[in-house]
Amino acid sequence: MPSISRWFLRAALLYLALGFTVGALLLWNKGLGIHPAIPHLLPAHMEFLLVGWTIQLVMGVALWIFPRFGAATMAKRDSLGWAAFVLLNIGVWLVIAGTPVLGRIAEVAAAAVFATHVWTRVRASGLSPM
Amino acid sequence: MPILTRWFIRTSLLLFIAALLVGAAEALAPAPMALWGPVYVHLLVVGWITEMIFGVAYWMFPKYSKETPRGSNALGIACYVLLNLGLLLRVAGEPRRLGWALAASAVLQWLGGMAFVVNTWPRVKER
Repeated sequence: MPSISRWFLRAALLYLALGFTVGALLLWNKGLGIHPAIPHLLPAHMEFLLVGWTIQLVMGVALWIFPRFGAATMAKRDSLGWAAFVLLNIGVWLVIAGTPVLGRIAEVAAAAVFATHVWTRVRASGLSPM
Repeated sequence: MPILTRWFIRTSLLLFIAALLVGAAEALAPAPMALWGPVYVHLLVVGWITEMIFGVAYWMFPKYSKETPRGSNALGIACYVLLNLGLLLRVAGEPRRLGWALAASAVLQWLGGMAFVVNTWPRVKER
């Protein structure tokens, strides 16, 4: 597993822990009541688990298992993967911080950079023509 | 494919069907199903998507060691049991507004999620 995938997957696991923690607070509060402000954490719960966990995990696994080019080419192309990682995580925290437009723009940029990196890796692996 | 992965994936498929049945029931009878919205969403995102991911990750991630390639079996089983018990408690408790069931569900699902994180973290490695 390449270094870039390890960063994506470890970040995804951290967001899973954060998202489940916020989710548990929300659910306990719904059942037995802790504080009236807790329901305001719902957008953070969704952002952590949808973008931070699920999307980031898929990106990390794709960068790991998709067909690769030679080492020199991959080193050059990995800079796009790192840019996607940074932009996605900045986006998550901008959304959490209450600036959703900036956050979503950063996430769109992450998606575009990621797609650019991965696009040419979606190809025949040589084992099967179909 | 390890046994625990088969449990996760088969359970996720059953919960996928259950989620869409709840969604269909909500569309057919919105009034009596008014409290089922969060159940529908969580059957999909926890029951279907998360359990599928957990099962495949347990199977495919780099081996922890030669002796225990998938990390702690006990943590893996605990994750499966806690997550599903928690989810079922939510399904039973949410439409009936059973506060204790929701609180217990919160704790069980949280413990299940943490068990997965702790067991999977050391398997995110080069080989």
